[in-house]
Formats: sequence, C-alpha cells, structure tokens
Amino acid sequence: MAEFDVDPYADLYARRTAGMSASEVRALFAVASRPDVVSFAGGMPAVQALPTDHVTEVVGSVLAESSDVALQYGDGQGPPGLRERLAMLMAEEGTPADPADMVVTTGAQQALDLLGKVLLDPGDPIAVEAPAYVGALSAFSAYEPRYLQIELDDDGMIVDRLEEALVRGERPKLVYTVPNFHNPAGVTMSRARRERLVSLCREARIPIVEDNPYGLLRFEGEVEPTLRSMDPQNVIYLGTVSKVFSPGVRVGWAVAEPGVLQRLVLAKEAADLCGSNLNMLVTERYLSDDRWRSNLERLVETYRRRRDVMLSALAERFPADATWTRPAGGFYVWVRLPGYLDTPSLLAAAVERRVAYVPGTAFYPDGRGRDRMRLAFCYPPEERIEAGIRRLGELLEDEEELYRSLSG
Amino acid sequence: MTERVAVLAGGRSPEREVSLRSGHRVLTALQARGFEASLIDPSEGPFVDNLSAARVSACYVALHGKEGEDGTVQRLLELLGIPYTGTPPLACELTFDKVLAKEMLDAAGVATPPWAAVQEDALRDLAAGPVLPRIVERTGLPLVVKPSRAGSAMGLSFVQDERELPQAVMNALSFADAAVVERKIVGPEVAVGMLAGTGPLPLVEIVPRSGVFDYAARYTPGATEYHAPARLPPEIASACQAEAERAFRTLGLRDVARADVMVDGGGRPWIVDVNVSPGMTDTSLLPVAARAGGIGFEELCERVLRLALDRA
Repeated sequence: MAEFDVDPYADLYARRTAGMSASEVRALFAVASRPDVVSFAGGMPAVQALPTDHVTEVVGSVLAESSDVALQYGDGQGPPGLRERLAMLMAEEGTPADPADMVVTTGAQQALDLLGKVLLDPGDPIAVEAPAYVGALSAFSAYEPRYLQIELDDDGMIVDRLEEALVRGERPKLVYTVPNFHNPAGVTMSRARRERLVSLCREARIPIVEDNPYGLLRFEGEVEPTLRSMDPQNVIYLGTVSKVFSPGVRVGWAVAEPGVLQRLVLAKEAADLCGSNLNMLVTERYLSDDRWRSNLERLVETYRRRRDVMLSALAERFPADATWTRPAGGFYVWVRLPGYLDTPSLLAAAVERRVAYVPGTAFYPDGRGRDRMRLAFCYPPEERIEAGIRRLGELLEDEEELYRSLSG
Repeated sequence: MTERVAVLAGGRSPEREVSLRSGHRVLTALQARGFEASLIDPSEGPFVDNLSAARVSACYVALHGKEGEDGTVQRLLELLGIPYTGTPPLACELTFDKVLAKEMLDAAGVATPPWAAVQEDALRDLAAGPVLPRIVERTGLPLVVKPSRAGSAMGLSFVQDERELPQAVMNALSFADAAVVERKIVGPEVAVGMLAGTGPLPLVEIVPRSGVFDYAARYTPGATEYHAPARLPPEIASACQAEAERAFRTLGLRDVARADVMVDGGGRPWIVDVNVSPGMTDTSLLPVAARAGGIGFEELCERVLRLALDRA
C-alpha cells in the first residue's frame, strides 16, 4: 500500500478547480460569524428593516392567487411581468430597458457565471478593476481567464490604464466593472471616466459588463448615467433585487443584445432550467405597488447613518497613516493601511478582539492587497459599528507599536 | 445498555471549523458503533450546564486550538468528574504551547530543530527587536516562524532571507503572544500517530502538491499525497518512531497524539510539532495512519473513547 490518498478522486478533477481550496481566512470567518463578533466582513443587506407584514402579505397573495404558476416550472427567461418590473427599476436610474432583452437569473451572481460560460475560453484575457468584486473573480475563474487588472482611484477605474493595455496589444474579451459604489472600493466612476470607457470600448469592440447592484443605494450627490444607457449595443447590464428587496429570493438579471441574450438564456436553461417561480412572482408582486419605494428609502437612510458612523469612527480611531474611501452610497469602505500591516494574518488577532473584516487579498487575483481591508457598514447597528471600529483601531495601534519595536 | 457520551467540538478558536469537521465525523462513527452520542459545542450556550444536563459517562475531545487543546476544557472536565479522551491538563498546557514544549524536549534531549522564542511582551516592554539578527546567527536560514499557540499551520511562514523575519514574526504574533522561530529542516515530512493500547501505527509521509504543507494543503482533499507506510528506509522509520515516542513520554501525553517529524539529509529525525488533539477530519493524518495499520475510522474512534470510559 504505497500511496494513501484521502481523496480517491484527486486525479480526476478538472483543471478549473485548481483555485478552489480551503483557506485560513475562510476558517476564521467561521469564528467571525459568532454573535459576539462585530462583523464588517459580509455585505449583508439589513433585511430586518423590511416590514414583515408587508412581505408576508406579498408571499401569501402569490400563493393564494397564483400557486399553479408559482409552484410550477417556468420559462428560462423569467416571467414577463417580473421583467417589466425589473425594467422599471432600471428606469429609476434613467436606463431604458426592454423586458424582451432581459433574462432573469439566480441573483446577478448566476449572470456572472453564465457570462463566463458564454464568452470565455481558457486563457482569454479579461479586464477587471483592481481591486475587483471577489464573487466575479470566483465566477470567472472557473473559466480560466487571464486577468488584466486595471487600477482604480476615487473616480473609479482609471480608463487610461485600460487604454495603455490596449496600446500594448492586449485584447480583453470583456471589461468588467462595478461603476456605482464599488465593491470593495466604495468609489463611484466619474461622468468623464464613464464617457471615456464607453467610447474606448466601443471603438475597440470590447463589450463592457456593467454590474450595478448598489445603484439605488445612493446617499447623496447626483445619479450618474449607467454605462448601459450610454451605449446599449456594447454594454451588458447586470442588476439584482438583493439590495433593494432581499438577497434571499435570489433574483437578479442581465440585459444584453439579442445574440448574447439568446446564449445566456440557453446557458441558463442548461444550468437550472429556470429560476424559482415562487421567488420570482413574490418579487414581481413586491415591486407591483409603491410601497417598495418607502421601504427602500428607509433602508437607504439606515445605510447612510451607518456609513456616517463608520466614517467618523474611522477618523477618530484609525492610525494617522491609514487612508480610506468615502462612499456616497452602497455598502463598503476600503481601507489602506501602512505597508507593514498584513491584513490576512491580522484577521486572527481581530477576531480574537471580536471584530472582523475581509482582507484585501480576496479582491485581487494575484495576491496583492495585503495592506488593504474591506469594511462593510451595511449590517451592524450603529453602536456596534462604533465598538467594532474602536476594537480595530486599538488593534492597529498595538500592531504599529509592535512593528516599531521589531524594526528597532 | 447503550452508553451516553458527548463529542466536544467547535469552540471559538481559529480552528473552530476544523474541529466541527472532526467532531461530526467522530459523532457519526460513535453512533454507528452503538453509542448514544451527542455533539456539544462549548461556545454555544452555557457549556457546564449543557454538559451536566447531557449526563454522559465520557467526553470525546475533538476540540482543536485554544481552550480545547491547552488544558482549559480538560481542567473543567476534571472538576466535573467526567472522564475524557486524551491528555490531562498540565501536559496539554505544556504541549500546546510550543515554547514550553520545545524547552521540555530540549531538556530531555529529544531532537527538535534549533530555535528561539520571540515574545510579544519582550518586544513591547523590553525593546527586544535588536535580538532578531542574533536569532538568525543561532539558528541559520531558512527558517519556519509559527505562533506559539495555534494549530493547523495557521500563522506559519517560511523565511529565506533575514529581512523577511520581522514580518513573519508579526504574522505569527497575530495568533499568539509568542512566536517560535525555528530552523527549517529540508527533507521528507512524516506524521507519527500514537494510539494507546495499540502497537506503533504506520508512519504517514506527507507530500503536499504545492510543496508547502500549509492550511490549504491540509484541508483541501487531494491537495496533499499521503504515503502510508512512509517511503523511508526501515532504520530511519524506526528512528522517527522512537524519537516521537520519546517526545510523547517527555510531554506526558495520554491516549492519542500525533507528532510531526522532519527527516534531514543525513536521515536524522527532528520533532517539529506535537498535537494532543490530532485532527479527525476526512483529510487528517491520524485516521490515515490508523487505516494503514488496519484500523478503520469507527474502530479508531471507539478505541479512543474506550480508553476514557475505562477511567470511569
């Protein structure tokens, strides 16, 4: 008995699973989910703020009036009535959309996977922001692309860097971006950058994937036009009801031109035949009268207050050499620490002090970001945010002292 | 009559997840062996009350890391008069703390790589930063830096260049209040399992596909190849076995344990780690060693539990 493999299938796995492995950070999140830990880690919407009576009424009426449809298989593209409601959500930000150009997906996350399936061959280059949404990286990575990482700053993706890459001869298959209240960076792409990006990609015939989960969670400032509204032919738009209603219903969508759309629908049907009719009809019903607006306003107000509390706690408690972004909406503050601090290793000490965050390395495919952390202000109540930032601030201060003593 | 027992797993250490995986497997195994077994997580609800209410005749300790491996839970169980699997409190405390364990092993002449401890208090209060270069003079390069009190290779880093040492020490100190800086032995790595009342278990040779036996290599099925028995010449294998047994004796371990041993170019074994609560997950080393020795997982769990029940 020579080789003793604890996994008899070790030789059988597809190459694309190579990046799927256990991790220390993931193990620490198991501790971080304990109630005594203030978690700034997960971007979880404050669903407690939704009026339970209202949601109960919606679910009840769907079952009472349409159970024959709700409990049945449905169409791969999603119910037409729901697609109309989702088009209406897009109109809130001034984006015209035809329900016929839309496929409803299991959260926008499934749309990312389907796009990978439809557009990417192994080794294909794709452009993503640096940092980029970790869920998009996981979804795309299964299709083994090569990442071109385009830096961002307070005005979003630095489009000049993308252009430089194109001049170097790079030909990304797509450009993936979260223009509004970026995850994890919290920044919003400026109008000028949007215009540059759209025209650059149009000329180069590179489709843009615009992921806009947070657009309606704006705390202040003017609504920026979506990329889709600027160039419908060349922009694939992804939306979700996770932040305006509930992530539990798993309803997201993609809007694309007919060629892409048809393949997305076929890929969607191959993956799961159709979404959950029950959840989709609940969502349609929830969006069918105006009460969702006041619910959302309350949510946005909650998030705005939490952001304010986090920003002032950061200013008070974080070391002078740390910097962070000031989001005008969404869920996240992105912190840059002095280079000697290592956020993946620091997480254990943070959890020990009952506070958690996501280490910056999660958001770069190449292991960068060790001095960055993402703080989500969406979920913990205000007093917990204060306590959590205080704990983190004390930790950072202690670490700074330790560093000084180590470096003599 | 079926015996009521509890499997203790979970806890609030960074190894919570690993422990829950160990615990659920042990639980299923003991139930299959006819025990009325339940799982108790010391971090969920009032532990002592839960334990008393469960009215068990013994506990299987499947906790890893702080509290479960450092003698804390064992002391409580002693007070409550509940027999438990594994090592008693003081030996747990000595073994879990790598600084104390290395001192003990050194004193007893057990081979453990040249090392030094860097204590956080020494850095903060005694301005000990300037000793780092001395450590390198003493141990040589390359180095392994690990937290004094942690498991599963958490917080562990390798240092090739002296300039990387401060960062590696800081990383380790995120998990514990002292870092062990140790000469990295280059050569085959083997795990030696101990199961009381059973002869020596076959050695398990560890070959991580990435080259580094880190957290991912330990807990991703397929990320590491195990060879059992290890592909070592018999005299070197027995030397590993003998060195590990000396370590177990020196530290006062009971029932089950695991030692990680590195074999250098000259065929000399070095003890690099000793565990009082060896992992029992689907990728863990002790179950692999037992299986190679003809002891299936259920049988292994029952034998360990019976050692505790016999103390009742």
